Amino acid sequence: MAALTPGFRARRRAPGDRLPPGQFTTEGFPVLSAGPTPVVGTDRWELTLTTETGDRRSWTWSRLMALPQDDLTTDLHCVTRWSKFDTRWGGVSLDVLLEGVDTHATYAWIESYGGYTTNLPLADLRDGKAWIAHTYDGRPLPAEHGGPARLLVPHLYLWKSAKWISGIQLRLTDQQGFWESLGYHDYGDPWREQRTWGD
Amino acid sequence: MSGWTVARLVARTKESDTARTLHLQVPGWPGHLAGQHIDVRLTADDGYQAVRSYSLSAPADGDQVAISVQPAPYGEVSPYLVEEFPEGADIEVRGPLGGWFVWRPDRTEPVLLVAGGSGVAPLVAMLRARLALPDGPAFRLVYSLRRPQERWFGDSLDALDGRSDVAVDYAYTREAAPGATRPVGRVRQEDLLIDGFTPAQRPLCFVCGPTAFVEHCADILVALGHRPDRVRTERFG
Amino acid sequence: MPVQDGNALAGPLSEVFAVEVTSAWRLCPGCGTDSTVGALRVYTMGTAAVARCPHCGEIAFRLARHAETLWLDFGGGGALRIPVTG
Ligand SMILES: [Zn+2]
Repeated sequence: MAALTPGFRARRRAPGDRLPPGQFTTEGFPVLSAGPTPVVGTDRWELTLTTETGDRRSWTWSRLMALPQDDLTTDLHCVTRWSKFDTRWGGVSLDVLLEGVDTHATYAWIESYGGYTTNLPLADLRDGKAWIAHTYDGRPLPAEHGGPARLLVPHLYLWKSAKWISGIQLRLTDQQGFWESLGYHDYGDPWREQRTWGD
Repeated sequence: MSGWTVARLVARTKESDTARTLHLQVPGWPGHLAGQHIDVRLTADDGYQAVRSYSLSAPADGDQVAISVQPAPYGEVSPYLVEEFPEGADIEVRGPLGGWFVWRPDRTEPVLLVAGGSGVAPLVAMLRARLALPDGPAFRLVYSLRRPQERWFGDSLDALDGRSDVAVDYAYTREAAPGATRPVGRVRQEDLLIDGFTPAQRPLCFVCGPTAFVEHCADILVALGHRPDRVRTERFG
Repeated sequence: MPVQDGNALAGPLSEVFAVEVTSAWRLCPGCGTDSTVGALRVYTMGTAAVARCPHCGEIAFRLARHAETLWLDFGGGGALRIPVTG
């Protein structure tokens, strides 16, 4: 049993309607990354969607921008315990990208420029829950926050919202991504505090 | 020493208006090298734990060690250590840690220390280890800080006045000391091109501070011709 | 907390290695850069960390501390060379 440190308290607030357990709110926007920030110009940016049968469709930057665009305001929850309320984003709903895609897949495997990966159920990309975000607070998404474009899945811990997204593979079986294979949770629901394996 | 051990806060001394040095008594402390750090573990009454690393800012004094802490705005641990952690209370520590960003007293080459803000802590530990020797290599500390009031370890640094073998230069970035001739601003190439510490003299260079500062200064040193493996860095992140 | 040095991992690594491992050398299989563990670039997320080659960014190892388990993944390699006395 570790010795108590008198008077020391976690920097957290009582959970509430908007603040999941174990979190505190921040006004800043901390930058977390598993590696150097990749430089990806919109002239060579491409997003590829691959189904379990190998069917592929891809979008260049201009094709992405020609699709119907959403504006949304949402709260972010990071597994490192900060939450940020009322962040404003612009991007393309995954519903638009997945429309008409013939698949029996249950899982999605996300790949990024720079080598990052993450996994989540395909259902969590559907029904207005996920976006390819390219605009933050009215401006082009800065590279340190995942620009030119990142996945945004705000109902899960933020490591699922892969920065610098380059690909989405639809799969019949789950495969763990970068942090998931180092003990982080396969689903990552902040409201159930699914931080690590076994949570 | 491996694993966590209980240390006691025996004194807290002032380094600047906001920063404090914590003097910890660690029973069985094995001694340490200048540049090494300790991990500190805090445990709240609900079981929540936080671990932070702090450089040791002085050579060991028996079983007493010193860390120097700048309270981060809205920080979880540093404001607590500076303002609340009571004298006489216990805290868990692990160390000494690290074997790369260290200066060993048997080294003979000149040593160039480049500090940004609170990154001065492990570098002053090296300087103090050098001063503990009757004789040793030349040391130069280039200390970058915003303004004179934010200087740490003032007494130790002022005691260098009049020495030429161990000396300090200040690089103020916002507001200079009265009489200073260097224009304010971030560290420039000419600040790090110092007689006795040029690449030809093959000094050991230690750079410590915020990430952007360390990368800026390390880039200058390598561009001047210092071998990358002789430019050792510690980024605060 | 964007990037730190391998020095920062000396504490967690002391839980697994009997020797001080940040002084160990690693020859990068990706680019041939020889550097100590203490000179690697470290990116952290909470209690997890990725150590990368300071030159090319290739992953040297990954480390995470979750509850009572320490995770250490050396992935694709790059042998550590640990100085020993005698
Ligand atoms: Zn490399």
